[in-house]
Amino acid sequence: MQLFPCPFCGPRNEREFHYVAEPGKTRPDTTGDITAEDWAAYLYDTKNEKGPVREVWMHLTCRELFVMERDSVTMDVLGSKTLRRTLPAEGAA
Amino acid sequence: MNKTYSALNLFREGLRGQRGWAPAWRSPKPKPAYDVIVIGGGGHGLATAYYLAKVHGVRNVAVLEKGWIGGGNSGRNTTVVRSDYYYPESAALYDMSVRLYEGLSRELNYNIMLSQRGMMILAHSEAEMEIAARQVNAMQINGIDSQLLDTEGVRKLAPILNFDRGARYPIHGAMYQGRGGTARHDAVVWGFARGADRLGVDIIQNCEVTDVIVEGGRVTGVATTRGEIRADRIGAAVAGHSSVLAHMAGYRLPIHSYALQAFVSEPLKPVLDTVVLSPGHGTYVSQSDKGGLVFGGGLDRIPSYGQRGNLPVQETVIGGLSEMVPMFSKVKLLRHWAGIVDVTPDSSPIIGPSGVEGLYLNCGWGTGGFKAIPVGGYMLAHILATGRHHDLSRPFDLSRFTRGRLIDEGAASGIAH
Ligand SMILES: Cc1cc2nc3c(=O)[nH]c(=O)nc-3n(C[C@H](O)[C@H](O)[C@H](O)COP(=O)(O)OP(=O)(O)OC[C@H]3O[C@@H](n4cnc5c(N)ncnc54)[C@H](O)[C@@H]3O)c2cc1C
Ligand SMILES: [Zn+2]
Repeated sequence: MQLFPCPFCGPRNEREFHYVAEPGKTRPDTTGDITAEDWAAYLYDTKNEKGPVREVWMHLTCRELFVMERDSVTMDVLGSKTLRRTLPAEGAA
Repeated sequence: MNKTYSALNLFREGLRGQRGWAPAWRSPKPKPAYDVIVIGGGGHGLATAYYLAKVHGVRNVAVLEKGWIGGGNSGRNTTVVRSDYYYPESAALYDMSVRLYEGLSRELNYNIMLSQRGMMILAHSEAEMEIAARQVNAMQINGIDSQLLDTEGVRKLAPILNFDRGARYPIHGAMYQGRGGTARHDAVVWGFARGADRLGVDIIQNCEVTDVIVEGGRVTGVATTRGEIRADRIGAAVAGHSSVLAHMAGYRLPIHSYALQAFVSEPLKPVLDTVVLSPGHGTYVSQSDKGGLVFGGGLDRIPSYGQRGNLPVQETVIGGLSEMVPMFSKVKLLRHWAGIVDVTPDSSPIIGPSGVEGLYLNCGWGTGGFKAIPVGGYMLAHILATGRHHDLSRPFDLSRFTRGRLIDEGAASGIAH
């Protein structure tokens, strides 16, 4: 079992966490015309990188979303941050 | 030297101390250029090369494998072969694969140990029985030999299951495909390798593709750990590493890579002669010819390129197995491993153009592409040789995500592989 760091609750059992998405994708502006290509890219394309990755995760216990940095090969956790950078609680890892 | 496998040759070699066998394939040096390069020496890549040479007469072909052939998922899976998928497009594709498998030992002169021992997916409630009936009807319309079993029908085929009425997941019946079963994974890989090699294909191991050379929007070759190799038609069958290749060549894929785990126990006397899956427990199991219980469950929940197991899934799967067949709780585990699988949003494969001219894909099989090795190779070979889709592969084109024409087989491939 691995411990993942929730920026709000600290290190917790990996079973309490859920992978949500790749960060940095911008939802196309739905008030204008969107091409099928742009919409499909937004919905489906993933970087799926091998090595260091940044991902949005949810800690299911406190229901907070946050950004976790980890290595997708070694599974080492490299950091975890709240989504809103303005919050003082930076990286519990 | 003996090249053909037969009872007579086996007997003869037995008398001669087995010294007359020829290696099953050569280990040639890569040539500077080929007509076609296939990246990935798993089942799909080797089958692609075999059908290119066999069906299309394209023999100046290289298969490039970064490790040893079959060292990826083709040598790590739990070998379930079946075609009981829901949508007509999938049923047609997977059933062609089962039909190719049925003739493969003879065609390749290599015993792939196809054992059509049947495969059942249990239903644990009245509601699940109704859904199972709905699915069985759809499959029968698609021409698949799927049938609905009641509790007694299940008991007849697999009496060791937990039929206790007080069980956490009582058995109400099952969906059953009689032509489903298992095959020997290494034999499928080695059989296709030997078949392709005999038709002139160069199988080049320990040759990792490190870059894809794109000139004027089309592929012209690859950079590898054994030098540059040129070809203007390239097929990519690298499973869990499909996104890594996409980054090299500059296209994007709707794929997440995950670890999928499997287990094998110490050998037992024969106790189970069919494949059983329980959606409730999240576990499926069969017994190998050596007697080991071969079992597994669902995907890991964490995207990963770490090719090894971990405890949370292990607990779910083993807990599920010991509830499904209580007497198995005494059995000792022998081995436990993982493979990196390429999962698409609709759990269906991607076959066809990549977006970079000359580079074609056979990927996205996720947790269930062992059963599809013959057909995946057949389809990729067709596109590489003719430049056009085979009718059966067209619905699986990458463009389905843009057209919104997904083929959602999540139900057929969640825990069942
Ligand atoms: C635990 C487990 C259980 C499974 N159970 C089943 C099952 O019961 N039934 C079923 O139908 N399917 C099952 N599957 C899925 C099945 O194993 C795969 O879908 C199938 O084997 C994929 O075959 P492939 O040839 O595409 O990939 P692989 O066999 O993985 O081959 C890809 C090859 O590409 C090579 N490669 C990658 N990158 C490069 C590079 N840059 N250069 C050169 N070579 C490269 C790799 O080394 C690898 O050998 C299971 C998978 C796992 C992991
Ligand atoms: Zn938390």
